[in-house]
Amino acid sequence: MVNTTASIAGVHFKNPIVMASGTFGFGREYGQLYDVNLLGGISGKGLTLNPKAGNSGLRVYETASGMLNSVGLENPGVEAFLAKELPYWETLDTARIVNLGGNTLQEYVRGAELIQEDADSRLQAGKPAVDMIELNISCPNVKEGGIAFGVKTVAAREVVRAVRAATNLPLAVKLSPNAEDIAEMAAMCEEEGADAVSLINTISGMKIDIRKRRSVFDNLYAGLSGPAVKPVALRMVHQTAKRVSIPVIGMGGITCAADILEFIMAGASVIQVGTYNFMNLRAGSKLVEELQQLMIQENISSLDEIRGIV
Amino acid sequence: MATVISNERLANGVYHLRVRGDYGGAMGQFYMLRAWGAYPLLSRPLSIHRVNGDGIEFLYHVVGEGTAILAELKPGDSLGLEGPFGNGFPAVSGKVALVGGGIGVAPLYYCAQELPGSDIYLGFSREAYLTEAFRPLAAELTVNVGGYILEDIDFTQYDHVFVCGPQLMLQAAQLKVMSAEAAGRQPKVYLSLENRMACGIGACLVCSVSCRDGKRKACTDGPVFLAEEVVFHG
Repeated sequence: MVNTTASIAGVHFKNPIVMASGTFGFGREYGQLYDVNLLGGISGKGLTLNPKAGNSGLRVYETASGMLNSVGLENPGVEAFLAKELPYWETLDTARIVNLGGNTLQEYVRGAELIQEDADSRLQAGKPAVDMIELNISCPNVKEGGIAFGVKTVAAREVVRAVRAATNLPLAVKLSPNAEDIAEMAAMCEEEGADAVSLINTISGMKIDIRKRRSVFDNLYAGLSGPAVKPVALRMVHQTAKRVSIPVIGMGGITCAADILEFIMAGASVIQVGTYNFMNLRAGSKLVEELQQLMIQENISSLDEIRGIV
Repeated sequence: MATVISNERLANGVYHLRVRGDYGGAMGQFYMLRAWGAYPLLSRPLSIHRVNGDGIEFLYHVVGEGTAILAELKPGDSLGLEGPFGNGFPAVSGKVALVGGGIGVAPLYYCAQELPGSDIYLGFSREAYLTEAFRPLAAELTVNVGGYILEDIDFTQYDHVFVCGPQLMLQAAQLKVMSAEAAGRQPKVYLSLENRMACGIGACLVCSVSCRDGKRKACTDGPVFLAEEVVFHG
């Protein structure tokens, strides 16, 4: 039997396979296809304080070994999430991560406060439903906020500091590959008291319709994900893990157990699976099984043996 | 994995795929099909054409890389099938018209089986197909090649109209509902949309449809919507 467990800020992960925000809803849909309690964790659909309708027009376009998405953070808002989804999350036996975005500093802070208040009352009632906040300072698909905070370390510092002060839940900060210096950004998060960083979010990209002579997306640019981004993601995870001492949650184009081991060897504590969920709706249960098999085959008894080995 | 029984070419670029296995579903629902590895990245949503004792059947038009791969499938080949998904056409009673444009005829065969006595209207831009398969199921069959099938229909004669076809046809159907309402008869008109999808199960939000009450998902709220709910170009 191999040991696939990991721990981040006291949060236990039974295996390193966490479903990435935006690709897994809040878990219910996939829960009809397989037991999501097999997973190490779930990062829910990115939330903002107020409900958001998301972008107009086309929202997805396939590329060579990847896809561009322009969903634009469509979400029900923090309060609706807490009321409607947490009764389900309460029943889950997997790490439950709330992904929180925002358009302004005030929105981020108020969103974090609401999550914290809810967590406090749930803790008192003995019904915890949130294990961690993943702070999204890097969504490329919203015009204000997101990417602006995600690119400049100075702007990001303000958000991380304010959200850190608003919550005592374990806090991971999700970083953008579009940041000026992603390792520098991670170091800032560590200084500001973040418990972990997660990376990478999608890479800003574009697709032009040559007949219409315009971008296929109303929002002009869109976020690239999938196997196409994996080498870039792996390099950034490696650089970041070398730079900081807080845990790194690695992601970008993972589609098999060998990919998972690569990210762990690059220094990731746990990993996230995003686009692969669309390639295989049962990606989670498949990867959990494959990882066990590959570790046995490669004579790896615990992920700790190989973490950051490269 | 499911096994291909046959994959017959019906017309230029149009194929009829029969797959063995215990696959069910309701009229207007769809499956996500995948007959390849990592590329193309996404699976392809295809509506249920027909369910029979041996398995399930799909009708598709080759429009891109995914459907081009489907067209190469041979009997005995295997493919991935997930479903049935979506909120299809309702089981209605009364006088029903089934209206299909091009490959939009695909889900209507199953509807015709489930709703015997319906009038069936099939429109094609160049070449008609499957019309003889539809004929025995129709109270009256109207086929239009090269014109606008909607012009052949008097909506006020029906309680329910099911429409599946290209978006311009769906928009035209929506306008027609309004004029039918103006004439005093209010048929319930249902449109089957074909937005691009990634997950197909309501998690990714890329197949968003603008509706009067806000954004909805083509994959789980639809693909079938009441005509009056949809805001085209919203």
